[in-house]
Amino acid sequence: MTGIVTRHSRAHRSALSIFWREFRRNKGALVGFYLLLPIILMAIVGPWIAPYDPAEQFSGHLLQPPSWRQAGTPEFLLGTDDLGRDILSRILYGARLSLGLASIIVLLAASVGVLLGSLAALTGKVVESVLMRIADIILALPSLLLAIAIVALLGPGLPNAIYAVAIVLIPHFMRITRAAIRDELGRDYVTAARLDGARGSRMFVRVLLPNILAPLIVQTTLSFSTALLDIAALGFLGLGAQPPVSEWGTLLSQSRAYIQLAPWTVTTPGLAILVTVLAINLLGDGVRDALDPRLSR
Amino acid sequence: MWRIFPEKFLVVLTSFIGITLLSFTLIRMAPGDPVLLVAGERSIDNERYQTIERQYGFDRSLPVQYGIYLKRLLKGDFGTSAVSREPVLREFFRLFPATLELAFCAMLFALCLGLPIGILAAMKRNSLFDTTAMSVALVGYSMPIFWWGMLLVLFFSLLLGWTPVAGRLDFIYDIPPRTGFMLIDTLISGKPYALAAFINALHHLLLPAIVLGTVPLAIIARMTRSSMLTVLKSDYIRTARAKGVSSRRLIWIHALRNALIPILTVAGLQVSLLVTGAILTETIFAWPGIGKWMLDAISRRDYSVVQGGFVLIASSVVLVNLAIDLLYAWVNPRIRRGR
Repeated sequence: MTGIVTRHSRAHRSALSIFWREFRRNKGALVGFYLLLPIILMAIVGPWIAPYDPAEQFSGHLLQPPSWRQAGTPEFLLGTDDLGRDILSRILYGARLSLGLASIIVLLAASVGVLLGSLAALTGKVVESVLMRIADIILALPSLLLAIAIVALLGPGLPNAIYAVAIVLIPHFMRITRAAIRDELGRDYVTAARLDGARGSRMFVRVLLPNILAPLIVQTTLSFSTALLDIAALGFLGLGAQPPVSEWGTLLSQSRAYIQLAPWTVTTPGLAILVTVLAINLLGDGVRDALDPRLSR
Repeated sequence: MWRIFPEKFLVVLTSFIGITLLSFTLIRMAPGDPVLLVAGERSIDNERYQTIERQYGFDRSLPVQYGIYLKRLLKGDFGTSAVSREPVLREFFRLFPATLELAFCAMLFALCLGLPIGILAAMKRNSLFDTTAMSVALVGYSMPIFWWGMLLVLFFSLLLGWTPVAGRLDFIYDIPPRTGFMLIDTLISGKPYALAAFINALHHLLLPAIVLGTVPLAIIARMTRSSMLTVLKSDYIRTARAKGVSSRRLIWIHALRNALIPILTVAGLQVSLLVTGAILTETIFAWPGIGKWMLDAISRRDYSVVQGGFVLIASSVVLVNLAIDLLYAWVNPRIRRGR
């Protein structure tokens, strides 16, 4: 028993090291990886290293410029907003919120998408065509339009925004899962497992899922940047996170009115979104190239 | 081209049913009494309540309600705005040209820059130009365009004063709307200041078009580069080169023509992206198109406009995609002659 476990984990480790070797060859992917690392760290420890509470208002320091500007003070490194709240603290707290939201969305979309996609691949033709037709329709629609329609009718706020963005992402996972499973079903090892008595959930979880993981991981990485951008866009439009929550998109929409008076209130939240999305996209390209050489450029 | 028509028609039909079902379901999931939502008021007298209830069939079973809804849509009745009391369809057609004009200019910007950048990057593969262009393209691809729009406004409008901050035309020009396309309307207005107004409209268009065109530009540049690289590796290019075809002719005539097919497909796929982008761009630049219309409707709780607008915009996207599919089939002989 122990022997099997050790052999299994060794095989696992070598797969990981092969992945890392392939991944490292892509310079852009490495840049993305090292860009994302501090951002993730920020999301984890942000609330502890933030100098102030994100909602704390310093009435004597309204629209204070960043510290390197003439009127800036070192107390507020990135300046303050119109209510005298420290922008650095708000960005740091926002990192956890924005990345956390994107993670929840992608997790939700991936689990529902994989479930529906495998249902489509493994059950009869009627279920398949109905499910995939719905997926096609959602894919054909502009993603933000659908999300906006959902949020507008169900009411603005975080939970509805999460559902809306997740629903838009589900069809991507459905398509990939279905295509990957259909590819695998014809292979010998699946037939062998079937002859061995594997059926239903066992067949899916133990036999098929490990073998379709690669495209799913790629899709997860790519969806992460879409989720981050869409939830920020909804926040910007006033349909996602509501003030005073310091989600990055919401920060942007609040500071819009002060763009001329205090441009720093606009530049930093947007830069945070851009750098994070860019890092994820760079990373995604590398993950795709390393996991699936067929898809590489 | 016509051979693929029945299949595509079926796709459009199911899409339309899906879109209407979705909007039908969503309005019923909205919190509150659907009759009051449609009326757009908190309280209405009993008589009006019953009229709306009967008109929309809210007292009947759900399938019957959906039937009534579909019948109304087919008659061109997409509801009435609770705020302006105008039919949703009429509002849509009044505002749609503004979005179309913006999207068209954005796509023009993306193609005019994206194609040459992609071609040059492919020709000078791994050069400084290639690396820089592709890095910039990736940044463009990752750009939150609502932030990008604000940055451009800050720099070009507020700091330099080169372009207007918002709108489609300065108020000093009185241009009667004829086609709804400001660039055309100004020119055919026959006013003594027609040319000045045209230039002014162009000024207003510049920043929004750049903002909306940024992501498509990045995608087209990347796609053109990879498509050109694939084609340049192929046998017939090597043959042409061996036969002594000049490299300029090789790139522009032999390679580009074949590389264009996947590029056009990708460009066609941008319609959805353009609509998504238009909603954000129009909000930033107060551009009076359908994106801003939808958002204003949301903030005013004008549910008829949200519901009707969603169906109309989504259906237009499906129809435009159909048109692109047919165009693509017409351009690409492999599809035209049946697979």
